[in-house]
This record gives sequence, structure tokens and C-alpha cells, in this order.
Amino acid sequence: MVSSNTELAYNSKVEGEVVVTKADAVINWIRTNSMWPMPMGLACCAIELMATGGARFDIARFGAEVMRFSPRQADCMIVAGTVTYKMASSVRRIYDQMAGPKWVIAMGACASSGGMYRSYATLQGVDRIVPVDVYISGCPPRPEALLDALMKLQSKVKKSSSAKELLNA
Amino acid sequence: MSSSTADVTSALQEKFPNITARDSLDHQAINVPADEVLAVLQALRDEHAFDLLTDLTAIDWSEGSDPRFVVVYHLYSTTQHGYIRVATDCTGDEESPKAPSVTSLWAGADWHERETYDMFGITFEGHPDLRRILMWPGYPYHPLRKDFPLAGIETELPDPEIAAETGTPVIAAPMMGGPFVASTGEMNMTEAEPRAKDESWNESSEKPEA
Repeated sequence: MVSSNTELAYNSKVEGEVVVTKADAVINWIRTNSMWPMPMGLACCAIELMATGGARFDIARFGAEVMRFSPRQADCMIVAGTVTYKMASSVRRIYDQMAGPKWVIAMGACASSGGMYRSYATLQGVDRIVPVDVYISGCPPRPEALLDALMKLQSKVKKSSSAKELLNA
Repeated sequence: MSSSTADVTSALQEKFPNITARDSLDHQAINVPADEVLAVLQALRDEHAFDLLTDLTAIDWSEGSDPRFVVVYHLYSTTQHGYIRVATDCTGDEESPKAPSVTSLWAGADWHERETYDMFGITFEGHPDLRRILMWPGYPYHPLRKDFPLAGIETELPDPEIAAETGTPVIAAPMMGGPFVASTGEMNMTEAEPRAKDESWNESSEKPEA
């Protein structure tokens, strides 16, 4: 007797221990939902970054609550604050030490463009030394803005051809 | 101000005749020759109860002035609650001004003198560890000197490896022609606020169709 499949979702009793999907979908699913940040807290934006990690805004809802102070264990560098030229080399070095795939969020006016610090001592935008994926406006941005940036980054990662990049790497 | 700190100047002048009164709008202030400044500050600390060095900085009277650099000490008395300002002209030429270090009197002067050295290039003789404190070692300028432009001067990043990898120099960042502009001379503060230079769309005019 032929009957239509009435299962709406994955049922291990029907399909065994196998799920059929696309490699991109599963890799991107893993990457988007465990994006561990490297908190590059350099100025007042770091306070908002900490607030985002707290219970009220709860960055854990997006799988990015595990702030890693070791670049080896981090996926996404959040540059939160004013980057001076003296600090710029360290920021770049920490970025270089992060294992790929890696992303960068420039949080706030200072990290994005130097902000109000248009002077001899301040790097005029962190995109001069590291490739930035998402910029956040604000001085400092509210935690919601950081969460929005994180969601934007996640949707960017979801669209990437991860399997192809892994094979070519 | 209590009586014991009120007229320190004339009391000091009996011991140090080279001290002169300095124009001041608030606290009493004195000019001291560089070779006497350590002795004067020690007398202020030990005999006149000015036990706290609240600030140590310098003034640049711009190039060509004589003297060009003046080091300024602000002292406070935690028992008598009074301030005194002590100024001393730097010795040495314009490029390498010198002043005596007061780290032997107040250990806290250490970082103040390092900052003053960093920003003005004044060498404090007798300082235990005179290095730059804000700018990186090897930075070729002293940014608070009057002949240093506000925007900065193009130079290399501190780390040559990173400089080679990123190709990014320390750039001059002038306000004029920058991403933000301010219209000066406006009475209306809203109009005079710094704003984005590209005003092709803002709150009042819609973003043009791409």
C-alpha cells in the first residue's frame, strides 16, 4: 500500500540516523550560531558591549555570548572603541592570530571612521588595518544596534559558499 | 586660605631672592630660576606644608620666544588647604629644553614628567626612566609643541611588520576637507554643529534614487 508521508519534520524512526541537507547549509548553520566574539574593548563602546552580554540584552540568544580573550578561540572580532596608532599594531596582530573563518565588526563611530578623534594619534577607521564586515553607527551604539549588526553578520555568513571555500582552501 | 599659606611668596623671597611673583588670576604664583627650583619646591614641601604635587606640565610660548618652554608645578597643601603655582623657565636650546626632575621630592612626578617629555620634548634631568608614555617609542615628534600641526604629520606605524602588511601609514587628519564640516560664525548653534560633508541627503531632503 502506498501512503503519503505525513511526517512534517525529521523523524529518526522513519529516516534512521541520517539527515539529508546541503553542506553549505549545515556549515553555515554551525558558524552562525556559535560565533564566539573577541571583545576588542578599547573605549566606552566596550561598556555597551558588556551590556549586550548581560541578561537584559542577552547576546546568548544569538549564540555569541562566549567572549574569548584568546584570539585562537574567537571567530568574530568586535572592535569596540577608539583605535590609536599605538594600539593599531596589536589589533592587527590579534586579528592575524584568530583562526579562520573570521569576521570583524567595527562598533561605533571611532572604530568605523576615527569618529570625533580626528587627530595625530587616532587611526581613522579600523578598516585601514583589518577587513571589516559590519559597521555600526553611534557614539556609542546601543546594545540593540550591536545585536542588529550581529544578525546582519549572521545573515551574511548564511549566504556564503562555505563548502566551496573549504575545498579551495 | 589659611594664614600659613597666605603669603608664602614673601617668606620664600627672604630665603631665595631670585623668586619673583607671577601674574595669576586665582592662586598665588611664583617664577623660579631653573637652578633653584628643586630647593624652592623642597622648601615649599617641608617648610610650608605644600605636601601634594597635583600637576606638573609645561607651556610652549611658540618658536622664537625666549624662553620658549616653561615648566609649571601646581602644589596643594592637604593640611592648610591652599594652592601655589610654581613656574620655571627651561634651560637648553629650543630643540632640547631641559628642566630638573622632581621625582626625588614626589615619586608621583614620574609619569607627569614622562608625559611632559612625550608631548613637549623637555628632558627632565635626574628622572629615573624618561621614556615616552602616550606615543610609542620611536615616534619622531612632540605633538603639543606649537610647531606641530593639529592634524599630525604623516609617519610610519610603530610596528614595521604590520606597516608592511597593511600598507597603512600614520596619516595627517586635517579637520578641513574631512568627513565632517562645521560652519563657523553662525549664531544658530544647530546650524553650526559639525555635520557630514556629504549633504546630498539628510533629514530634510530625501535620499536620491540610485
